[in-house]
Parts: sequence; structure tokens; C-alpha cells
Amino acid sequence: MPTEIPFADVTDEPLDVNRLLESVRTPDAGAVVVFLGTVRKTTHGRETDSLTYEAYRSMAVKELRRVLEGISREWPICRIAAEHRVGDLQLGDIAVAIAASGPHRDETFTAGRAAIDRIKESVPIWKREHWADGEIEWVDPTGGVLNDSAAQQAKSSEVPT
Amino acid sequence: MNSMPRDRTVLLFAAARDRVGEPSVAVPLAPEATVGDLRAALCETFPSLRALGGSLLIAIDEHYVSDADVIPEDAEIACFPPVSGG
Repeated sequence: MPTEIPFADVTDEPLDVNRLLESVRTPDAGAVVVFLGTVRKTTHGRETDSLTYEAYRSMAVKELRRVLEGISREWPICRIAAEHRVGDLQLGDIAVAIAASGPHRDETFTAGRAAIDRIKESVPIWKREHWADGEIEWVDPTGGVLNDSAAQQAKSSEVPT
Repeated sequence: MNSMPRDRTVLLFAAARDRVGEPSVAVPLAPEATVGDLRAALCETFPSLRALGGSLLIAIDEHYVSDADVIPEDAEIACFPPVSGG
């Protein structure tokens, strides 16, 4: 039975976790897993005021669906759905929600974990930190140079290709 | 055979857009130019992108591509830094 993907969306609105959860419920599933990525207050001792997420929306939606389709081919799950929010988010807000269901918990947990890992690797969405100390900077997952501040350039290392 | 370069629109996102100052730019490319040619042309034309250099990602028609890939005639081209969603 092919895996259903009820949602693979990027939205400006607060995420409806209950709707996402209900969308993956099915009598074929004995396990349902939900992951929420939320806006955290402190990163390496530095306080966040808020975050802004930006997307290349048309590609992000497609890439999100491609990630979920890939997951569904690798593990025998019933359904998997995900939504990512963009715009300005406050502490504690939900940035991304993933819900997965499967016959058993092993593959369902694994699929949920793989989903967030792969979403973070490939979906064209970017996070911008608004730090409490007033600085604003794009998050750089490679540890290289993304912002023009002298401090960032001083600690930049070889950027991988 | 027309081998003159023509302007291609390149969409920019996040820190790439902020560095250049525009959400899209025009880059002259020869027909049959590759993604690698585009990468070089972008860094040549927009010095502020050079620091991002090899880490810049390029998508053609909403798919990730390799530097060796040839850019099709009417493709949507986007250039952006490493992603940081989730």
C-alpha cells in the first residue's frame, strides 16, 4: 500500500498540529509520532529575541514533498505529513511540524527522525536570528561566512563546496 | 548558430539576496552554459557573493543540480546560501 502524504506545505499561518496529527491517523497504524521544531530561547549562551524564516516557496513545497516521498520509500510507514511556517516567529512558536504513522513504533520513530534531518538538509528555507543584543544574522549551517560583521569573518573557515 | 551570450534571470534568496541587494539579477550566459559557468559569472559580476563562493547552492527548475549540468533554455534559475530551515 503506498504511503499517503496528506500535507507537505509551507505556510505563513501558525501551524495546526492537531490537523496534521489527525491527517496521519489510520486503523493500519499502531504507532503515531509527532515532531515539533520550536523557537528556542538560548543558543551557545546567546539569547534570541525572535526568528524570521524565509522560503523559496515554490521549490520548498516540492522539496518537502520529495523528502517525505523518499522517507515513505525507505520505511514501511502508513502516512507522513509535514508543514513549515515562515515569517516572524516568537520564542516557543512552532516552526516545523511532522506527523508520521506506521504499523510499529520502530520504523515510525525512525521515519520521523529522518524526516526532520532531511528537511533541515535540503528544503530551501533560511532562518534569521534576531538576537536579544540587537544583532541580526542569517544562520549558517556550514560555519562559514554569511554575514558581513567583522566577528563572523574573523572566525570563518574553509567553506565546503 | 547563435552563440552570443544572453541575459538570464537568477533569483536570489536570503543572505545572497541581501549581499547583492536585489531579489533577482540578470547574468549574461552563453547558450549551453553550465551551472559551473553560472557560478563563476555570478561571483565575477557580484563580488559580494565571492565569500559565499563554493557554498552557494544553485537550483534549476526547482531542483538541485551539479556544476557540470547544462542550463536549459527557459529554466528558472535560483541561487542561495546553504539552507537553514527546520
